Amino acid sequence: MPETNNKVTDTPVDYGTFPDVRGRFGDYGGRYVAETLMEPIEELTAAYAKYRNDPGFLEEFETDLRDYVGRPSALYHAKRLSELYGAEIWLKREDLNHTGAHKINNALGQALLAKRMGKTRIIAETGAGQHGVATATVAARLGIECVVYMGADDIQRQAPNVFRMRLLGAKVVPVDSGTRTLKDALNEAMRDWVTNVDDTFYIIGTVAGPHPYPQMVRDFQSVIGREAREQMLEKTGELPDQVVACVGGGSNAIGIFHEFLADESVELHGSEAGGEGVETGRHAAPLTAGRPGVLHGNRTYLMEDENGQIIGTHSISAGLDYPGVGPEHAWLKDIGRVEYAAITDEQAMEAFHDMMRCEGIIPALESSHAVAHARVLAEARGGQRILVNLSGRGDKDINTVARLEGIEL
Amino acid sequence: MSDTSKQPGSRLAPLFQRLAAENRAALIPYITAGDPSPEATLELMHALAEGGADVIEVGVPFSDPMADGPVIQAAHERALRSGLGLRGVLDLVAEFRRKDGETPVILMGYQNPIEAIGVADFAARAAEAGVDGVLTVDLPPEEADELAGALRGPGLDSIFLLAPTTRGERTQAVASKGSGFVYYVSLKGVTGAANLDTDALGDQLARIRETCELPVGVGFGIRDADTAGRVGAVADAVIVGSAIVRLINERAEAEGGVNAAVLDDVRDFVAGMRRSIESARS
Repeated sequence: MPETNNKVTDTPVDYGTFPDVRGRFGDYGGRYVAETLMEPIEELTAAYAKYRNDPGFLEEFETDLRDYVGRPSALYHAKRLSELYGAEIWLKREDLNHTGAHKINNALGQALLAKRMGKTRIIAETGAGQHGVATATVAARLGIECVVYMGADDIQRQAPNVFRMRLLGAKVVPVDSGTRTLKDALNEAMRDWVTNVDDTFYIIGTVAGPHPYPQMVRDFQSVIGREAREQMLEKTGELPDQVVACVGGGSNAIGIFHEFLADESVELHGSEAGGEGVETGRHAAPLTAGRPGVLHGNRTYLMEDENGQIIGTHSISAGLDYPGVGPEHAWLKDIGRVEYAAITDEQAMEAFHDMMRCEGIIPALESSHAVAHARVLAEARGGQRILVNLSGRGDKDINTVARLEGIEL
Repeated sequence: MSDTSKQPGSRLAPLFQRLAAENRAALIPYITAGDPSPEATLELMHALAEGGADVIEVGVPFSDPMADGPVIQAAHERALRSGLGLRGVLDLVAEFRRKDGETPVILMGYQNPIEAIGVADFAARAAEAGVDGVLTVDLPPEEADELAGALRGPGLDSIFLLAPTTRGERTQAVASKGSGFVYYVSLKGVTGAANLDTDALGDQLARIRETCELPVGVGFGIRDADTAGRVGAVADAVIVGSAIVRLINERAEAEGGVNAAVLDDVRDFVAGMRRSIESARS
């Protein structure tokens, strides 16, 4: 653990015991929902407790991860990028998964659970559309009705993913309330769930929401870190010095961090969206510049004003454009196990180009934040072995990049 | 904090005792504070009381009203444009109390604005302003100990929700942590939903009363005097939200603001419900 943090006690933390039965990670997490949602949440908690260690369920999940998602994803030594940045950089290639990102791991796990629970309808929220596409994909495969809520502004910005979801048979419902983005889509999905609790399963796309979602999504995503840790040992004989991942809600980061939490020699770094710079207020970095509060069913760090109203966020990357963050991250920040830093739009864009030109890989703009963060760490320390979670591919971002650079396609 | 001797504690328990003796249900209309302006809210609160409201439920504007349907969501958005926050809502209640020291006022809102002030500070300020009870939508009893404890100090009530899906043991937990009354959400769904089955409601209330001694108010799906009367025949309180919010908004848009004509219509609407409730058990 970082020696500089005086909040860390001498007693080792048993990370496997979190969250507690109330869904708490320290002061964070919990279940802040209206009474109308408590019964479906308890039903889900009971079902997940039953299946999370059920050999039949786990075998089905693992088989599908292998044959449908294409796991294990590769671990790749990015040699030319290493040379450019002055560190030994390894990439966990979640971009090579089916549908192009880590999101499918969780969507698949929850959909299999929905099937076991006898639910006949799946709903989801989506911001950039990656979780929506992953959910529509697994719903199509299982032959289950799928409804995806998406902010009206995001629908405008992410037209190709909207079309993809519709091709997959999902109904995409525009959300016109609030800031017309991801947080409002989440509100609307919750409202749908309250109204249709009997037959509907809500697949949340990140490690946030009321308990058991932060735990369940972490469990489904932690395959990333289990594979990566083994692959690092196999290829280098050692653990990495540092693991870096971008954090919006934080599911890919928890996914890769979790297996390394007990490895005290391994530093963990989360990259928040610094937008135009934290000092401008135009960012999406609640861990860096927010404060604890309650939103979307859990206590966590939030971006809010003096009245406790959730404020608009800004990031070049739609997938990081969220005013909250998973409660386990809030806890890991407070106990000093993970360090979080804000990476600006500009830094992420530079890393995007570096990755394309040095490695022939198009990184998602989300993942580009982690790549840029690796560069910052390399410049500060030099020569270290850094594992970066390349959480998704950036084909979806080509139009955004072109627009930012004033190029008409 | 002010001199606690000035804080009378909640007006809710005495009210429900009196109404039980009168054999009628309480009428509790809801408005969102700041919709469309703080000034209008103050006038509307007085109009509701004049129309016959037994308790006034004031919604605290929040950016993410997850449990509310389209009508009240839109009211929150209008209120946010007026810039009103929880501190301003407490100021409004204090202002209301200058003319009306009788009508109980409860706040309905979400947890985050309360935490932005601080739970203990909020409880003290709410008591000082003359608030009687607080319903925090996204705070089920499992998470409510801190706020309920802070409110109990100055004698304010913590009002909890019950849902059709709430099972017996949870009903007990709600009943033991809450005070004033419990708010039974009569439908699955969000505020403003349709199709209230008032026949089934009697059975549901009987089941709740097996484990809950508090008065039971019923909300969600009450849109006119007729449903108000039918609910009032079996419930201890009739809570009307979206129907009033919709009326205010439609009339205010037509009149270019909340003027005397709008206030008259709101008063009449509430009075109609009140008459229907008064004759419901006779």
